[in-house]
Amino acid sequence: MISPGTMAAVRASGAVPSSEYLLQAEGVRKEFPGVVALDDVQFKLKRGTVHALMGENGAGKSTLMKILAGIYTPDHGEIRLRGHEIQLKSPLDALENGIAMIHQELNLMPFMTVSENIWIRREPKNRFGFVDHGEMHRKTAELFKRLKIHIDPDIQVRELSVANRQMVEIAKAVSYESDVLIMDEPTSALTDREVEHLFEIIRDLRSHGIGIVYITHKMNELFEIADEFSVFRDGKYIGTHASSDVTRDDIIRMMVGREITQMFPKEDVPIGEVVLSVKNLTLKGVFHDVSFDVRAGEILGLAGLVGSGRSNVAETIFGVTPATSGTIAINGKDVTIDSPNTAIRHRMAFLTEDRKDTGCLLILDILENMQIAVLQDKFVKNGFVQEGALTKVCEEMSRKLRVKTPNLSERIENLSGGNQQKVLIGRWLLTNPRILILDEPTRGIDVGAKAEIHRFVTELAKDGVAVIMISSELPEVLGMSDRVMVMHEGRVTGILDRAEATQVKVMELAAR
Amino acid sequence: MNTNVTANDAAGHGTAHGRRKLPPELNIFLVLIGIALVFEVLGWLFVGQSFLMNPQRLTIMILQVSVIGIIAIGVTQVIITGGIDLSSGSVVGMTAMIAAGFAQSSTWSRVMYPALADLPAIVPIAIGLLIGLVAGLINGALIAYTRIPPFIATLGMMVSARGVSKWYTKGQPVSGLTDQFTFIGSGIWPVVIFLAVAVIFHIALRYTRYGKFTYAIGANVQAARVSGINVEAHLVKVYAIAGALAGLAGLVTAARAQTAQAGMGVMYELDAIAAAVIGGTSLAGGVGRITGTVIGTVILGVMTSGFTFLRVDAYYQEIIKGAIIVAAVVTDVYRQKKRKT
Ligand SMILES: Nc1ncnc2c1ncn2[C@@H]1O[C@H](COP(=O)(O)OP(=O)(O)OP(=O)(O)O)[C@@H](O)[C@H]1O
Ligand SMILES: [Mg+2]
Repeated sequence: MISPGTMAAVRASGAVPSSEYLLQAEGVRKEFPGVVALDDVQFKLKRGTVHALMGENGAGKSTLMKILAGIYTPDHGEIRLRGHEIQLKSPLDALENGIAMIHQELNLMPFMTVSENIWIRREPKNRFGFVDHGEMHRKTAELFKRLKIHIDPDIQVRELSVANRQMVEIAKAVSYESDVLIMDEPTSALTDREVEHLFEIIRDLRSHGIGIVYITHKMNELFEIADEFSVFRDGKYIGTHASSDVTRDDIIRMMVGREITQMFPKEDVPIGEVVLSVKNLTLKGVFHDVSFDVRAGEILGLAGLVGSGRSNVAETIFGVTPATSGTIAINGKDVTIDSPNTAIRHRMAFLTEDRKDTGCLLILDILENMQIAVLQDKFVKNGFVQEGALTKVCEEMSRKLRVKTPNLSERIENLSGGNQQKVLIGRWLLTNPRILILDEPTRGIDVGAKAEIHRFVTELAKDGVAVIMISSELPEVLGMSDRVMVMHEGRVTGILDRAEATQVKVMELAAR
Repeated sequence: MNTNVTANDAAGHGTAHGRRKLPPELNIFLVLIGIALVFEVLGWLFVGQSFLMNPQRLTIMILQVSVIGIIAIGVTQVIITGGIDLSSGSVVGMTAMIAAGFAQSSTWSRVMYPALADLPAIVPIAIGLLIGLVAGLINGALIAYTRIPPFIATLGMMVSARGVSKWYTKGQPVSGLTDQFTFIGSGIWPVVIFLAVAVIFHIALRYTRYGKFTYAIGANVQAARVSGINVEAHLVKVYAIAGALAGLAGLVTAARAQTAQAGMGVMYELDAIAAAVIGGTSLAGGVGRITGTVIGTVILGVMTSGFTFLRVDAYYQEIIKGAIIVAAVVTDVYRQKKRKT
């Protein structure tokens, strides 16, 4: 067996032994307390290919990739890099062996600049041993030019949109010049345009012989970019196929082990009175003169490119960043919403886009995460939380949403990404809202659960809830909405009825 | 084939043992037992007597740390929100002085308010609690509404409150306190007060909305705000409670000493923070329990008492105590890191 150190040295010398597979994992098992995340799993990556991993939430995809990236140590099994067995001791170790990973959750430092984030721990130094910022800026600019990314290297990361942060993560991973690049749901926060951009980058990397592992829940991406794919289900390896050999339904059957019924279970429900009416809403420098109505039972889709201000409008309506001018009326009465607290009092709910930053209480358990919003005005008597009753409804909610976990006292941090998302959806459903704002509700959610969530939203609409849904997936917006509002650079460019809203029309308005 | 356990495995196990199986305080409780046993053995070796089989020593030990314990319970809550309170020691001094001013007995010559008749104890007690509460309110309001870091806001209060306690009598001690007032510091009353406060806030943190919100803010302040928590108002509440508890500690200190001096409570804030951190409260916020803090307080007491029992020089005591506090924080940082990898 060759130590990673030796491998790194061999790699550096350029004398890389050739073998059929770039990276191979065999008989891998990984157990967490109460869960077998991976059970006798295999995986083989060829050089110069894009290999997709498919599977439901909690199937073990991220866990397997974290093992390959040196973050977890497997309980059993062996990993071979170019035919040689290796044992990765740390992420750094993996990087030195030429394996880089883009994680499912964003990991950038908000108060550092884009370049500082990219070159962290390998900053170019000047001759006094200090960080050479000029050189760092130059290297970032060069990298961005190569990848055709248009982001200012000197801007602080916190000022970037989630999509741009994702692009920075991608650039950072590419900058390691690794042989294996693992991407864990890189497109969950990107709109079609950036996805296309990412695919260009991927194709370029592939043509240079790099092996790419690509995790996604989006079928169309699989057919567009992946050469092969492997399917996992409940921690078990199901199979590997060329993506040209199969149909969408085949994959779903492999993933879920059952047939999935209709994808967007949109039902016509009686549309009621105007519940939320927004007039000339403006947040200076961000968006201007946004006006629209949402009626009871109606689902209003919000489409637009990244940076068009969709999420900002949602944040303003919910009082996260109160408006600088304009009015918001609920049930015909003007209201001032200066904080989320007020918004909740008006029975609004808001599922945010970035579950790590503004969603999860990572170190607390599932139960605590799910309860936190409803405690505002329910399940509390004389200050005391009615644990028994509350736990019961939380248990029921997580059963309905099919949160995959051994028990609700597990830290939410230990859930798979999609299951975290389900817990957050549950948090807001418990509050029994009359206006529900969903920003990327199915982000990181598998096909089966996605249909489930769509059904939920439809149910709520049926009960008279007014729903605003932001999604970067156009089919989702078109499939679920009664009307679609399109934004471009902070302005509303059009509101389309269900009948007239087509992919082409929306894109036209979005890119104007 | 692979026997090494990664940090993550260990963290994972910690989680599973979480609340259902073993209480997280078990570790720290075992440390307490360990330290006590070490003193027991050293006692027999060097002093020729038992450390533990001496009820009087144990009583004194608990009495000594009760005041620290009362403060630490407030500080624990502040740290859970992700903040810090450096002002509690000075608030102890300030409340001790001002409350004592209203607790003087007419049989003595009075430093303050010479014409005042004997007041019932409830007056100085209420005044003391109120002053602590106001100091905490100011801390909380500064932190919540001006967004200055808790470290700076409470550092300011630390300096100012100490200034007030010196200015109040121009440095003179206040003595000759009424029996009614000194009663709360007599016998084992300080211990009773400490434990009562501990029980109240243990319940508050675990079973009330106040507690849930406190943890949520410490875990992720942004998410807490979006979930509808009025973060500013809640922080003011938490700091005000910490201030009031420091005030209570000041009352007990003055009552126990039967006098108040401007220098009372110096460095108590650090002992209180140490007790919380040793007890498992994480400086990163979101983690901590009152039971842990109580055990942490007792550990501080056992160490002081043990060193005195072994006749270790006071200087060495401080050096060793410092090392132990650092060790506790290092453990905390290490726990955090384990969690994140
Ligand atoms: N650190 C951990 N501690 C405990 N359990 C964990 C941990 N990490 C993952 N798990 C569990 O292992 C299982 C597999 O999780 P993993 O994150 O690999 O799923 P996934 O396939 O990436 O799902 P998703 O599509 O939702 O991202 C899940 O049941 C999850 O709860
Ligand atoms: Mg995952």
